[in-house]
Amino acid sequence: MADTVTAPAKVAISVTVNGRKHSAEVEPRTLLVHFLRETLGLTGTHVGCDTSNCGACVVHLNGEGVKSCTILAVQADGAEVLTIEGLAQDGKLHAMQEGFWEKHGLQCGYCTPGMIMAGVSLLDRNPNPSDEEIRHALEGNLCRCTGYQNIVEAIKYAAANAG
Amino acid sequence: MVATAEAPQKMVGQAIKRREDPRLITGAGNYLDDVRLPGLSYAALVRSPHAHAKIKGIDTSAAAGMPGVLGVFTGDDFMDLNPLPAAWQAGGVKNNAVTPRVLAVKEVHQAGDPVAVVVADSLVQARDAAEAVVVDWEPLPAVVDAKKATQPGAPQLHEEAPNNIVLEWSCGKDEATVDAALANAEVRVSQHLINQRLIPTPLEPRGSIGRYDPGTGDYTLWSTSQAPHVHRLLLAAFVLGVPEQKIRVIAPNIGGGFGCKIFVYYDMALVLALSRKLGRPVKFFEDRSENYLTTTHGRDHITDVEVGATKDGKITALKVNTYANLGAYFSTIAAGIPTTLYGRMIAGCYKIPDIHVHVTATYTNTAMVDAYRGAGRPEAAFVIERVCDLVAGATGLDAAEVRRRNFIQPADFPYNTGIGMLPYDSGNYEPALDKALENVGYAGLRKEQEARRGRGDSKLLGIGLSSYVEVCGVAPSKWIGLPGEGWGAGLWESANVKVHLTGKVVVTTGSLPHGQGHETTFAQLVSDELGVPYDDITVEHSDTQSAPFGFGSYGSRSLAVGGTAIYKSTGKVRDKAIKLAAHMLEAAEEDIVWENGKAYVKGSPDAAKTIQEIALAAHVAYDLPAGMEPFLDETTYYDPPNCTFPFGTHICVVEVDKETGEIGLLRYVAVDDVGNVVNPLIVDGQVHGGIAQGLAQALYEGAHYDDDGQLVTGTLNDYAIPKAHMVPTYELDRTVTPSPVNPMGVKG
Repeated sequence: MADTVTAPAKVAISVTVNGRKHSAEVEPRTLLVHFLRETLGLTGTHVGCDTSNCGACVVHLNGEGVKSCTILAVQADGAEVLTIEGLAQDGKLHAMQEGFWEKHGLQCGYCTPGMIMAGVSLLDRNPNPSDEEIRHALEGNLCRCTGYQNIVEAIKYAAANAG
Repeated sequence: MVATAEAPQKMVGQAIKRREDPRLITGAGNYLDDVRLPGLSYAALVRSPHAHAKIKGIDTSAAAGMPGVLGVFTGDDFMDLNPLPAAWQAGGVKNNAVTPRVLAVKEVHQAGDPVAVVVADSLVQARDAAEAVVVDWEPLPAVVDAKKATQPGAPQLHEEAPNNIVLEWSCGKDEATVDAALANAEVRVSQHLINQRLIPTPLEPRGSIGRYDPGTGDYTLWSTSQAPHVHRLLLAAFVLGVPEQKIRVIAPNIGGGFGCKIFVYYDMALVLALSRKLGRPVKFFEDRSENYLTTTHGRDHITDVEVGATKDGKITALKVNTYANLGAYFSTIAAGIPTTLYGRMIAGCYKIPDIHVHVTATYTNTAMVDAYRGAGRPEAAFVIERVCDLVAGATGLDAAEVRRRNFIQPADFPYNTGIGMLPYDSGNYEPALDKALENVGYAGLRKEQEARRGRGDSKLLGIGLSSYVEVCGVAPSKWIGLPGEGWGAGLWESANVKVHLTGKVVVTTGSLPHGQGHETTFAQLVSDELGVPYDDITVEHSDTQSAPFGFGSYGSRSLAVGGTAIYKSTGKVRDKAIKLAAHMLEAAEEDIVWENGKAYVKGSPDAAKTIQEIALAAHVAYDLPAGMEPFLDETTYYDPPNCTFPFGTHICVVEVDKETGEIGLLRYVAVDDVGNVVNPLIVDGQVHGGIAQGLAQALYEGAHYDDDGQLVTGTLNDYAIPKAHMVPTYELDRTVTPSPVNPMGVKG
C-alpha cells in the first residue's frame, strides 16, 4: 500500500562508549539504555521506570548528562557515551564516586549510577553549587533510600575534592 | 623488649564507610535485571484492563505464530499449581483468605491481573506477541473503598468472603467497658482519620528468573527477594508441590525493598513452571507501570477514633475502629499488619487504662496491600499521635505536655500495655522528647507561632510533634506463631561463623540486605568479638544453597535477631578457641584470659596464642584435646525472648501560606533511641530515608483509584515520590537506652 511506511528492520550504528568504539545493527526502536545494557552488556546503567522520571539511566552523551531511556540508540550514532563503568580512570575512583562512598550517599545502590552521572554533569556546569542548586539539579533523579541528604553531601565532597 | 600493643580500637560504634559501596558506585552491582544466563528467554504478561471482569475467552493463536515466540499460556495451563499461600492469617479469628493463582482464571479482581503469558527469545518479541493476545471480557462493577466494600449492594469479589470481609479482629478490653470509660471521661473527643494508600516504589521493580534442570529436576530461582528461604519453602511446599531442597533461591543485589519484596508473587512460580515446560531459563521483570498495578501497596486505613481524658490531659480511654483495605486478594502476610502490628501498638508510648480496637479487613478491586515501611506501626503511631493532639486541643494543654503527662515511665519497664503486645523491653521517653524540644528551640517557636497569629501574618507557623515507639526485631516464635498471633512459622534466625586455616573468617547469615549494609555492620560485630581484623571477615548471604535458614529481612529484625545469631556463633567459636589454647599452652581452661583475639595464661600475656594460630591448630588437627572436633565452625539458631522497642520524638516545623495553603518545610528535628548503635553512619542514613517517607506521606504521596478501579496514579508522572528539593536537611540526634533482650543491647 502506498501510504505504508516500512521501517528498516535493522540500522547500523557506531557509538564510542567509555572510549571504545562499538558497531552494531539495532532495531530503530531500540533505546540507548537497552543498547548499552543488552547489546554491550554494560549493566551499570539501570532502568527504574518507564516514564523518564527516575533518572537511574543517566549517562553522558557527548559530554552532557542525558536519560538514556529517552534517546534512541540510532540517535547516538557517531556519538561519545560515558557510562558509570567508564568513570573511574586507571583504577582510581572519580571524586564523585569517592564522595558517594565517603558520605554514605547510597544504600541499595540502584539509583546511584544515575545519581553519580547527574552529579558529575552538574559540577561540569557549576563547579561549586550551593545545597539548593544541588537539590534542584537532581530534580530528574529519584532515590527512595537516602532521603537525599547524603547525596547532597556526596556532591559537595566531590566539588571540594575535584582533581 | 616487650611490645605493649595498644588496645585495638573497637569497630562497633564506628561510622566506617560501607564495604558494599565500591561495586555499587562503579556499575559492578549485580541486580536481577543484570543476571545473564545462556539461553535466557523472556516473559511478557497479558493483563486485565478492567478492575473486575469475567474472562469469556482468550485467543492466543495470533500471538503463538509471531517471531521468536516459544509459547503462549493462560491460567488453564497452570491448574497443577496451587494458589499462592496465605502465610500469616490473623490469630484467633476466622480469615476468609483468597489468594491469587499465577494467572487469573475465569474472573479478574483488579486492573493489571495477569491472564496470559507469552515467552519469546527476546523481550520485545514477547511484548509484541502479548499485544496480539485477544481476551473477551465481560466487565463487572468494582469497589475500591474499604468501608463501602462492606455495605449492602457492593460488588462482591469472592464467594468465600461475604460482604468482602476478610476478617474482623479486636484487641484490648471489651467495647462496653471502654464505652463506659468514655462516657465517664471529663474530656471526650472523636475524629475520622484517613491513612492513605501508598505505593512502595523501590527504585528497582520486582522480577524473577527461573531455570529448571531436567537432568536433576532442580529448580533455581533468581528473585528480587527480601526472604529467599521463605520463598523457597512456600513455593516448594504450597505452590509447586516439590521437595524444598529441589528449589534454590538466589537474591542478587536488591534495589530497595521496603516490604514489597517480602511476599510470594505469581511470577516466581510462573517462571519456574515455564522453564520446565519450555526447557529454557525464563525471565520476568516488571516495568514500573506493572509494578504500580500489581506489586503490593501499603497503609490504606479508614479509622474512627474516640478518646476520653481528664481535664489535666491524662488519657483514660481509647476506642479505635478501623477498616483496612487489603486489595483484591490476600497477600502473603497481609492479615498480620492491621492486627498484630497495628492494633497491638495503638497505645504508643502512653499509659492508657482502657483501650478497645476493632479492625475490619476487606477485599476491594485494587492492588493487594501488605507490609510497607513500618507495616502497621506507622498507622498506629498516626492514630495515637493524632489522639494526643486532639487531647491537647480539647484541654488547652501544649502538645508536648500531653505526651509528657501520659508517657510510660522508666521504672515501668518491662511494660505491658494490656492489648496483647509483648511487654516493651526498655524505654526512657522523656529525655528523647526533651532533647528534641531543646534542639528545635520549641519554646521560642511556640512564641513565634503566637506572634505570627497575633500579627495576622500571611505565613503561619506549624509545629508538628510525634513521640513514637515501634515493635522491632519481630520474633519470638512462640508468641508470633500459629497458636498465638497466627504467623504460620517460626521467626528465629541463624548464622554460621567459620575461622579458616588461614585465619580468615566467613560469616554466613540467613539475614540479607537490600540496602542496609549488613556486610559492613556484621563484620564490625565479628571483628570485635573475635579480635580478627575487619578486612579478614567476609559476610555471605542471600543464597539458600549456602546461607543457613533465615526468615528474611523486614520488621527491623536483621541486627536484633540475625545479628544476635552471629554474635552467639562467634561466642561459641571463642569458647572452643579458649579450650584449644589451654591445650596448646598446657594450662587449665579457667586460667586462660581472652583479649582482643589472643588467649594467654593469666599473668603471661607475652606467651599468647592468636586466634589465627588457634584456627590453624584447629584445622590441621594434629594435636587437639581429647574429644575435640577439628575446625572452628559454629552455627546458632536464635529465637529471642522478646521483641525490641525503639522510640523517639520527631518535630517538624513548617510555614503555611494562609492564602494558598502552600507548605514550606523549615526544620526537621529527630531524636531516635535505637539502643546501642553498631554503625552510626548507616543508622543515620536509615533515619534520613524514613523521614523522607514520613514527609512524603504527610505532604506528597497518595495512591488513587477512580470508582471504576483504575489506578489514576499509575506512573511516576502521577505518583509524587519526593525529589531532593522537596525535603529539608534533617537534624538528627540520639539517646541510648540499651535493649535487655539481646546481648548487644540493640533495638533495631
